[in-house]
Amino acid sequence: MSGIDRAGDPNGAIDRIPNGTRDVLPDEMRELRAMTDRIRAVFEHAGYGEVYTPALEYEGTFERADTAGTRPAYRMFDEQGKVLVLRPDMTIPIARLVATRYPHAEPPLRFCYMAHAYRGVRPQRGQAREFLQAGVELIGSPAPEGTAEALGVLCASLDAAGLDSYSIGLGDASLYPSLLEAVGVPPPSRERILTELVDGDFVGVEREVHELGLSGDESRLLLSVPRTRGGPEVLEGLSGALHDAVGGMREVHARLSPRVAQRLIFDLGLVRSLGYYTGAVFQVYDPAYGVPIGSGGRYDELLGSFGRPLPAVGFALNVERLHIALTGEERGRAPRGAR
Amino acid sequence: MSELRIAVPRGALFIDTLDLLDRLGIETGEVRENDRKLLFEQSGIVTMRPSDVPTYVEAGAADLGITGKDVLMEQSERELYELVDLGYGQCRMVVASVAGEDRAAEAQRRLGVVRIATKYPRIAARHFLHTGRQAEIVEVKGSVELAPLTGLVEGIVDLTATGTTLRENGLVVREEIAVCTARLIANPVAHKLRARTIDGLLERLSAV
Repeated sequence: MSGIDRAGDPNGAIDRIPNGTRDVLPDEMRELRAMTDRIRAVFEHAGYGEVYTPALEYEGTFERADTAGTRPAYRMFDEQGKVLVLRPDMTIPIARLVATRYPHAEPPLRFCYMAHAYRGVRPQRGQAREFLQAGVELIGSPAPEGTAEALGVLCASLDAAGLDSYSIGLGDASLYPSLLEAVGVPPPSRERILTELVDGDFVGVEREVHELGLSGDESRLLLSVPRTRGGPEVLEGLSGALHDAVGGMREVHARLSPRVAQRLIFDLGLVRSLGYYTGAVFQVYDPAYGVPIGSGGRYDELLGSFGRPLPAVGFALNVERLHIALTGEERGRAPRGAR
Repeated sequence: MSELRIAVPRGALFIDTLDLLDRLGIETGEVRENDRKLLFEQSGIVTMRPSDVPTYVEAGAADLGITGKDVLMEQSERELYELVDLGYGQCRMVVASVAGEDRAAEAQRRLGVVRIATKYPRIAARHFLHTGRQAEIVEVKGSVELAPLTGLVEGIVDLTATGTTLRENGLVVREEIAVCTARLIANPVAHKLRARTIDGLLERLSAV
């Protein structure tokens, strides 16, 4: 028998790898490498220095931040019995890095990374438990300038990757919560409504809103806002609390170059499950792929929990998903007709 | 050519769903005439089992889909938007056992664990967990009503519309878990990128 003698492996484990992980072979690796090289060049050109942090961190590092939705999934003990985790994202390690390695450096600070992160997701195509992220963090640059810069770098890196038809959804994590507060919804109901919204359950949002017994106008406002998305016109002609709530998005829009602005979908219903986002949030979409390719946003409070209070913004692209979208665009979606 | 691809469930929701699509101006004649064909390019309709609808919509192989709330509850981890309660296809998800003295309750009391047969293992497990009871969930693929009649289990969790099948097999409803109706679901990316088309459809939907 040639190759591996499978019958001779008593555990049958030699040809298996953990669920949700995979091997990358040369043909795919060449394509991935070419793509990440182009993206890295964009990051470096924009002044973002590449860093690498340990894949393993102390569990306590991740407990400093509200990481709801992406808690560490994999834990182990070191030789002293301390709990280590595999990082679920790069944003928190870089917040730690900034606070410890650059305690007195003059902001803004710009970092980029190409690194693996680990999450206990349900494995499927584009959803691995170990996945490569390409991203940047811009530390010490507040909204709206910092947000506009990050969106510019995001577009430049997607262009460099070779993606044609992408769009970027721009929302504001504080928009809907502040609207609920302005309308006078009590905190427990606010939580329930936001949970339904994060789950994408509009029927549930409607049920919860109707139970509040608000006026017709207030109900209509709370039900229509999560469904409002489109061009810059969705930011116009608003009044009252909603007008104030989209102020941040309008300011960002005013600072974007036309090349970036044309890619944006203003999405008043965009909410992220990550607890540490405070303002602008964004998500990258491509018609050739049914799931978002990357995401990001502002996390103005996070650095403070590491003792270096600085406003910050960043994004991460999922390299495997980017590759799938790119391949999909090249192939064209042949059977799907005129689109 | 249709701009949207819509996953339509065959089975109990099929005709109501096609009637609804007709009212929205989507041509379903070809679908009604073809039992075996699955993909209808002209209308954008693809037909499948109700439990497959979330799979296609989550992956973006279909932009929109229609399926029962029971299916969505069972597959609650999927990344989908649940847009509209369509109201039709109303059913109840219930716990049932053989008529007479409730053997499920007796097993719970005397043996500590009740055995429950179901096609909805996650809904059943969640229901018993949330009500503080220990249950052994037995997943079956075919007629669930057979399981308590043969002594395989003491109770079942199943979907019932009229209760006829339960009654004919000598079973009675002991608890109601949820009321389930047909739902319109959307792929989240399609919901952003094809907003105008989808919103147009929703407007026509609220008008009919």
